[in-house]
Amino acid sequence: MTVVLDRPSSEVRSAPSFWTTRRRDQLTAYVFITPALLGAVAFVFLPLVLVVWYSLHEWNVLADTFNFVGAENYRKLADDPNFPAVLRATAFFSIGLVVLNLALALLLAVLLNQKLRGTTFFRVLFFSPVVVSLLAWTIVWGFLLQDNGGLNGLLETVGIDGPNWLRSGGTAMVSVVVVQVFKNVGLNMVLFLAALQGVPQELYEAARTDGAGPWTIFRRITLPLISPTILLTSIITVVGSLQVFAQISVLTQGGPGTSTTVLVYYLYQQAFQFHAFGYGATLSVVLFLIVLALTVLQWQMRKRWVFHEH
Amino acid sequence: MSIRTRLLLYGVLLVLCVPFVFPTWWMITSSFKPNAEIFSPSLWPSSWSLEPWRQVFTMQPFAQQYFNSAYIAVVVTLGTLVVASMAGYAFARIRFRGQNVLFLLVLTGLLIPSEVTIVPLFRILNSLGLVDTHWPLILVPMLGPSSVLATFIMRQFFITLPGELEEAARMDGLGRPAIFRRIALPLARPALGAVAIFTFLHSWNLYLEPVVYISSRTKYTLPQALTQFTDAYQGQLWNVQLSAASMTAIPVLIVFVLAQRQFIEGLAHTGLKG
Repeated sequence: MTVVLDRPSSEVRSAPSFWTTRRRDQLTAYVFITPALLGAVAFVFLPLVLVVWYSLHEWNVLADTFNFVGAENYRKLADDPNFPAVLRATAFFSIGLVVLNLALALLLAVLLNQKLRGTTFFRVLFFSPVVVSLLAWTIVWGFLLQDNGGLNGLLETVGIDGPNWLRSGGTAMVSVVVVQVFKNVGLNMVLFLAALQGVPQELYEAARTDGAGPWTIFRRITLPLISPTILLTSIITVVGSLQVFAQISVLTQGGPGTSTTVLVYYLYQQAFQFHAFGYGATLSVVLFLIVLALTVLQWQMRKRWVFHEH
Repeated sequence: MSIRTRLLLYGVLLVLCVPFVFPTWWMITSSFKPNAEIFSPSLWPSSWSLEPWRQVFTMQPFAQQYFNSAYIAVVVTLGTLVVASMAGYAFARIRFRGQNVLFLLVLTGLLIPSEVTIVPLFRILNSLGLVDTHWPLILVPMLGPSSVLATFIMRQFFITLPGELEEAARMDGLGRPAIFRRIALPLARPALGAVAIFTFLHSWNLYLEPVVYISSRTKYTLPQALTQFTDAYQGQLWNVQLSAASMTAIPVLIVFVLAQRQFIEGLAHTGLKG
């Protein structure tokens, strides 16, 4: 389209204006993106730069100190006796959550994908914890997992003396993982269900004609075809799992010992309970690097692992 | 499918339902039990007591806290819809200089969880005198990481709109802002609904931020308030706490049951960050 044809009215046409449709479009675009961009700069990118800068400072709010110390906080990190335990707890939580969440989500999706009446009803039930407020869900599970709580009451009726789930080192982390799996597995279930319904029926029929059993069909046809969804859900779930805070804070407060002190909880303790902001900033940088590394790694894996991409 | 397989499948589904449904059931029924009876394994209270539900309001300014959570979630949701739909539209439908670089910037923002930036944000907002006000709970979600996600979702939606619609509107003499408001936005209702549900729940569940920023009881939001029901010896008053938790969960559950399709589809496609 030429500039002249673009003119909306005859007055404008008589005097060539600076404000062509294209220019006006551009102006609109800049106005439209300004709030979002300013927000992203002020609340995402500026703080990200600052967190790196702060991590190079010894900064205690109570003592009112703010001194440049270079890599001192990172040396402290390397010597911090708690840090390896924190990383272990974080890895345990994330890996446990991803494995259990994806496995259960896939199982539920396969079950709901059967030609069966009432699957919508079950889908709603499995999904419902997603919309129950996070704190309400966590609190009621905390209640159920008390030493004299509902779960152990149930176990007692079948003659099992259940452990104090949230207070013993062997079970605390597993409990937190399980509580979180039931909370959000519905999301991945729905994504898997959509993926399963996208697998062409002819492929199943062809495989059956060739004499393949259900397990072979699942492994050789279903799994490869839904692998993009597996990748997507695993990224979402891993990144989400690194952000866990409320569940730890309500259920275990990082204990017993440091067995459930994941990175975000440790960061919170250092910065907002012990007022070591510089060290808190250092831990934030570590968190960012982990998220970044995992995302890059998973997109790299896509090339080798995922069967096809749309 | 044989009857036998069918029954077996139903059995498996029913058993699997227990950990998903039972906690909510247990939360609501236990909230009517007296605290002495709270750990009794009965599925139904022996006598229904409204006392815990009343205590919720006497132990804390719970109505105020409820209002805080509700109004913050509504403001954040409306604000996010405006900011994200405008930016998403511009990125999807208008060609402008710097578009790719700026959109890449937005994409990078998706990589940065809000937990990473909470230390510097606390300092910035503190120096602006905004700590112990609701501003951090409104501004940060409305303009920060979750708004970046919303912008991305809106952009992905607007990019699927057929260009002919806009061409036709342009021929009728509509300018860009009018095309956006009268043509594109009405068509974007499903995406807007999804973003609204996701943003509302995100704000409703926000926990780390209120714990860090808010210290006055009257300014608490619900997630923070829920953890404060203890007796003088720091013992947990389970029945009162569970009543408050029920009050937090039930309204959202009712809306969910009424609009489950929108919820499930909306959240599955936008709930990108766990």
